[in-house]
Amino acid sequence: MADTHERAEEITQETLGDGGIAEVGEHRSLWGDVWRQFRRHKGAMAGLVVVTIIVLGAFVGPIFYPHDPFDIDVPNANQGPTLEHLMGTDTIGRDIMARVLVGGRISLAVGFTAALLGIFIGTGVGILAGFFRRLDALLMRLTDLFLALPVLPLLLVIILLFRDSLRERFGPELGIFLLVVFIIGITSWMQTARIVRGEVLAIKRQEFVLAAQSIGTRRRNIIMRHIFPNVLSPVMVSAALGVGIAIITESFLSFIGLGFPSDFPTWGRLLFDAVPFLEIAPMRVIWPGALISLTVISVNFIGDGLRDALDPRLRSG
Amino acid sequence: MLKRSKLLIIFAVIALVAAACGDDTSETTPTTSGGTATTQGTTATTQPDVGSAAGSGGNITLLQWQAPTAVNPYLSGGTKELLASSIVIEPLGEFTPAGELVPKLAAEIPTIENGGLAADQTSITWTLKDTVWSDGTPLTADDVVFTYEYCTTEATGCTQSSLFAGITSVEAVDPLNVKITFEGPTPYPYNAFVSYQAPVIQKAQFEQCIGAAAAGCTDANFGPIGTGPYVVREFRTNDTALYDFNPNYRGNADGQPFFGEVLIKGGGDADASARSVLQLGEADYGWNLQVDPTVLDNLEATGIGTVFAGFASNVERLMINQTNPDPALGDLRSVYGDGNNPHPFLTNPNIVKALSMAIDRQTLVDVGYKSGGTPTCNVWPAPPAQSTNNDDCLVQDIEGAKALLDAEGAVDTDGDGVREYNGARLSVLYQTSTNAVRQSNQDLIKAWWEEIGVETELRNIDASVFFGGDPASPDTYQKFYADIEMYTNGSGSVDPQAYMGNWVQAEMPTPANNFGGQNIQRFASDEYDALFSELTTESDLAKRAELTIQLNDMLVQSGSMVPMIWRASVSAYSNEIQNQGDLNAWDSEYWNIHEWTRVVG
Amino acid sequence: MGRYAIRRMLGAIPTLIVISLVIFTILELAPGDPTGTLPLTVPPEVRENIRETLGLNDPFFLSWLKWMRQMFISEPLNAIESVTGLQIGDGERLRIISWASRGPAVDTIVERLPQTLWVLGLGFIFGIIIAIPVGVVSAYKQYSIFDNAGTVISMIGYSVPVFFTGPLAIIVFSVWLGWFPSFYDTTHTVSDWSSLVFQMKQLAMPVAVLSLFNAAALSRFTRSSMLDNLNEDYVRTARSKGLTENRVVMRHVLRNSLIPVTTLIALQVPGIFAGAIVTEQIFRINGLGQLLISAINGADYPMVQTLTFIFAVLIVLFNLVADLIYGILDPRIRYE
Repeated sequence: MADTHERAEEITQETLGDGGIAEVGEHRSLWGDVWRQFRRHKGAMAGLVVVTIIVLGAFVGPIFYPHDPFDIDVPNANQGPTLEHLMGTDTIGRDIMARVLVGGRISLAVGFTAALLGIFIGTGVGILAGFFRRLDALLMRLTDLFLALPVLPLLLVIILLFRDSLRERFGPELGIFLLVVFIIGITSWMQTARIVRGEVLAIKRQEFVLAAQSIGTRRRNIIMRHIFPNVLSPVMVSAALGVGIAIITESFLSFIGLGFPSDFPTWGRLLFDAVPFLEIAPMRVIWPGALISLTVISVNFIGDGLRDALDPRLRSG
Repeated sequence: MLKRSKLLIIFAVIALVAAACGDDTSETTPTTSGGTATTQGTTATTQPDVGSAAGSGGNITLLQWQAPTAVNPYLSGGTKELLASSIVIEPLGEFTPAGELVPKLAAEIPTIENGGLAADQTSITWTLKDTVWSDGTPLTADDVVFTYEYCTTEATGCTQSSLFAGITSVEAVDPLNVKITFEGPTPYPYNAFVSYQAPVIQKAQFEQCIGAAAAGCTDANFGPIGTGPYVVREFRTNDTALYDFNPNYRGNADGQPFFGEVLIKGGGDADASARSVLQLGEADYGWNLQVDPTVLDNLEATGIGTVFAGFASNVERLMINQTNPDPALGDLRSVYGDGNNPHPFLTNPNIVKALSMAIDRQTLVDVGYKSGGTPTCNVWPAPPAQSTNNDDCLVQDIEGAKALLDAEGAVDTDGDGVREYNGARLSVLYQTSTNAVRQSNQDLIKAWWEEIGVETELRNIDASVFFGGDPASPDTYQKFYADIEMYTNGSGSVDPQAYMGNWVQAEMPTPANNFGGQNIQRFASDEYDALFSELTTESDLAKRAELTIQLNDMLVQSGSMVPMIWRASVSAYSNEIQNQGDLNAWDSEYWNIHEWTRVVG
Repeated sequence: MGRYAIRRMLGAIPTLIVISLVIFTILELAPGDPTGTLPLTVPPEVRENIRETLGLNDPFFLSWLKWMRQMFISEPLNAIESVTGLQIGDGERLRIISWASRGPAVDTIVERLPQTLWVLGLGFIFGIIIAIPVGVVSAYKQYSIFDNAGTVISMIGYSVPVFFTGPLAIIVFSVWLGWFPSFYDTTHTVSDWSSLVFQMKQLAMPVAVLSLFNAAALSRFTRSSMLDNLNEDYVRTARSKGLTENRVVMRHVLRNSLIPVTTLIALQVPGIFAGAIVTEQIFRINGLGQLLISAINGADYPMVQTLTFIFAVLIVLFNLVADLIYGILDPRIRYE
């Protein structure tokens, strides 16, 4: 039991350090520490490098790549990889590499924002439900409700209600982007919420939280400084998984006509379209599939690194 | 505490396994619930010795990736249900793959020459063959009369009731003769009781199932008693239908049907069905294989199965909205309003002609259909006679299209690459249902139109919404809240009359009829309406064909419709299956299943 | 604890009523029409008549009340009758009728249960059997080759969708190797050794694909939970007491780490009944997932309502179970 006391003190020290009251000697901010620790994590650094390359490839790559992703060339359709077309061409002769590069833009943007939104809602609901007993029943019943709703009709209703007004306000592209992110976000937070709530229920009974409460720390600070860092590891796992799910869900949405127009390439869409050609042109499937996996793996390692870096017990001096 | 958690997990595992196994074994005993229909009578177990090869051919597996939900074509009238019921219950007459009407339960096709059809065409008398139902009782004219009553009782909710429209009475003259009387002269009297859409059901079985009681008769709806070569042994809705051969079938003496058991298996998609038949040999037939032609060719190259295509009258077309779909119009969007709401530029036939000229139909076919389609310029592409007056559309002419637009004064005045016509930008929203082939065709057409200076925004809508017809949805093909839309439609009958009747002004979808009409593009021509009413009274076949061509040309030349591809039904057979003949697109693809045989090796 | 459970059960009733009302509202608003699957040649008047006979034009609230009565009175009574063989009342009662098949919806659901439970249940169990050891070893040997390989494989397993791994499995195991059938025969019954072998063969691919997918996520959560506990002070205390490493990990760390994992597993149980839409589609299993998706596509609302409601009941029930497990296993949590 004494051990947990120590831990509470340790954390109080940390947070005080961040707050700037106990600044002694050289200045070392919390985030500076985190970054130092993060850099020591080889997997996380590798992940960061890979994600950076992928993001650059998607946003800058098309500028230097000679083919236009929308150029149709039927006589040269269904080609395998050649020097001219590094990843081959699709059923109507469009260059696949150009489409994969450009496709990353929407996939990455949707993947990250939607996962972030889902994680944000999920963590928020989970912490509130776990921490405030009065909110628990209500929020958990809300979670049940969202889990129980039939997703496809719900999507159709959302589209019906919001597509035209969003299109008008933000234009076709941004409007659909917001809609897609919103849809994925609000249909993917429930799992995170329930896991986080479970963790919070356990943590809030631990002595360091009770100690913080007894010295009169404000609840908001308890949540931000004691509860949140301790639920970070499941949240990080959810975030990494969430990015992959969001990229795939986006392709599903555009497939059933609820997402971006069909001629807009995205990784999920490219993968989906290529699956029937698995035997004829395996590389068509491999490329978008590999990029989605690579992104998810990298995010996962970054998550690992962040988790370790934020865990005060692992952070040495 | 470890023990407790372990116990919990172990318990959960055991419970799951027990549940899975328990449910499975209970499946072997017939349940009392209506879910699994067991047919009345014991035909399956007590097969009389028919003294021939009938039923000796073992099992045949038919894949219908869209699985049948019932075996009653009058309650669930999708093609998948029509097919599943067509091997059990039969009509009086049926169509061959060539579109020729031949007798099935009838002794012959009634005509004026043989006296079956009254000279004034107000009544028709069918004579039945001597036939017995699978339960051994004879088929009589009363069954035919009952079928009519069943489907025309409004509370039944019959999906085929339009086939019985215009009939005042159906009477049994004697046990083998049934007389149908029409409201007036009917040049084409062969809609009722013809083709797999309108088979004869047994009065004794369905007597209690008429009207509001129809839906409650699960056993009858899942296992109708029929005169066809097979009887339902087990039916699982939306999954599997298992049939045994009918020991009372009239062809038994000739060794028909060859197969003793038929399994219709549903689920998955067209790609998976094609693989099962053409590459793996797990099934003998795969229905409706709308698969990328490159993929299909590759599978067929395995050499154990063959792809068949059968043409009826289905045409993939662009519908050109003749009314203004501008969202700013609110409730008046895409509403004809007596011609006061015309489309800003698509009502000009030459602009639409330019759009049509820019399309390379052959390329669309090569990319999406190959043997499953042929370029066409006509709404009515089928026999007996097609128009040749519009065939210049078969050759793509981008430069000609540009010149035509220039001549119409549709030129790019502000230099943004998009033409303007009378102040309106030539910018179109082009929608269709979600389907890989349609989307690749959309991409191609968009590229061609942008080349001639017409801006194109694509939209694809889930098929269940697009064809769903929910008046509350803005995305249905009837609402047509877009400038152009693409889909396939065709005639339900060999006779074009009902189909050509879709484009009279009374058929326009409006808020008043809940957007229910079939004149989707809002085509309005008094001349067309007059010509169509001529067709409804003309009985000379050659003149009917001539009128059909004129109506077809009017539609195409009005610029309200751009036909592109004459589409076939595409299915595949295992090479072991013999005697199936051509693929029948006018009637059930199983129309001659009693003749199919298997040759191994 | 007992009182807490009873209170939660009572609380579940209004929750479920609200859920059913929300489901109804969504379906009411959703675009789609049961006549949409008919050929285009069926004219509008006929469609309107069909809608009328289906009761599609009835007022929203009335049809909800009617469905509630069927769901809570007719169907349970019918279930009791068919199980016990007794007849209650005159036996004439309106059951929930599917618009697509015109057959009783609940019978179809019961018909679909065996294959759904076989495939998803086994996929779930194998997923757990794989995930927990992998997660434990990964955490214990953090950043070892095993751990990194485990991370990469499970992330690939999770991020590559089943619509890709399914066809891939079919090409490898059905086309190239010819080991397994590519579609699932729901009419197959296990009666002897060879039919059991066939059943195993047709289960192999879908179960494998689902197990990998389930194991991927679960092993990540197990690992992170183990890592959290491995760094706890009680582990240090246990080690310093001189306990063997095996005993420390298996007795103390694993026990505590499995608490959130067990909850997670309990929360995923309803998913077994919900079906796996894509897996069922690819291997043509025609379980509850396929039933739901085809009911949605065909706007067969009585079926959708019944399925989603049963699913909601399971979710609420297992949410309660998860909370109770948590309360039993973790002394730090108290429900008052």
